[in-house]
Amino acid sequence: MNIKVIAVAVLLALPAQAEEAAGMIKTAQGKVEVVRGGQRLPAGPGFAVMQADKVQTGAASSVGITLRDNTLLSAGANSSLSLDQYAFNPTTHQGRIDASLKRGTLSVISGKIAKTSPDAVHFRTTAVTLGVRGTEFILEAHGEDD
Amino acid sequence: MELFVPFTLATWLIALNHEPANDRVVLLPSADGRAGAVQLSTAKGELLLAQPFAAAEASADGNLTGSTADGPSVQARYGDTLAALPARPVSFTVYYLSGSAEALTAESAGQLDALKAELLRRPVPEIVVVGHTDRVGSQADNDVLSLARAGMVRQRLLDSGVKAQSMEIAGRGERELAVDTADEVAESRNRRVEIIVR
Repeated sequence: MNIKVIAVAVLLALPAQAEEAAGMIKTAQGKVEVVRGGQRLPAGPGFAVMQADKVQTGAASSVGITLRDNTLLSAGANSSLSLDQYAFNPTTHQGRIDASLKRGTLSVISGKIAKTSPDAVHFRTTAVTLGVRGTEFILEAHGEDD
Repeated sequence: MELFVPFTLATWLIALNHEPANDRVVLLPSADGRAGAVQLSTAKGELLLAQPFAAAEASADGNLTGSTADGPSVQARYGDTLAALPARPVSFTVYYLSGSAEALTAESAGQLDALKAELLRRPVPEIVVVGHTDRVGSQADNDVLSLARAGMVRQRLLDSGVKAQSMEIAGRGERELAVDTADEVAESRNRRVEIIVR
């Protein structure tokens, strides 16, 4: 075993874990914006989504996002999705997802976190909270946007 | 009486318009065949969806009503949303000789072309290189070794001209065995690196 190589590999891996994106936009149609710290940013494929971002779509628009734990999300037209909390440890696969759909439609294919920590993945609307245990589903919400 | 019918209909329509629509949930059949589940909770109750196409509506004040959807109705109502889902991640696996972070088995070399083809199929492809070990050695040592294996594969990919939006590495140590074994058992199928393209 080459210890020097291992040491370098470990050092290279560390800084990447400091300020990490939660995921990346992979598909986008029409008007897609990310609200971050009061700013409204136009977003498209390649845009890095962070914890606390709110992703919004306009009429006849949609967006698809792959999170770091391989959770796949897509939102349809006139949707507002907040990624309230996101954490993922790529070594243990433990983490947490708290997301809320204020309005619109969302489809979800759950990823590694739901497999390892089934009680740590929650999607909410104003009316209902979903605890997700390794599955695929659709959510539709009619709440007021804040 | 002639006036009464249109009047009540109009009142009813106005009332309907002001009634907030229910939120909806539909459980879909999983592609991997595993039976998943979604637990719904509101201010008024709980409901477990555990069968494909099990569905539910939740009113604004928390009333839950279970129902069943089907493929055509899901496609009609949510087709545009589902069409926006990113492609599912695909993984390629390469194998290591015992106790080594550097020596790959011969059959692992040929996967590069398939990997490059997959990268071309995706709009903004990311690569995650994930190392795994067998159960020989301590968990802590295997965490280090698995990360080192991932780092070596990452370097090989870069040297081979593989380009992606990003290329991260991770070491899973002995947590995710391909073949279940007792501790301290050498098992070549567990000494591997997954290259995940997403």
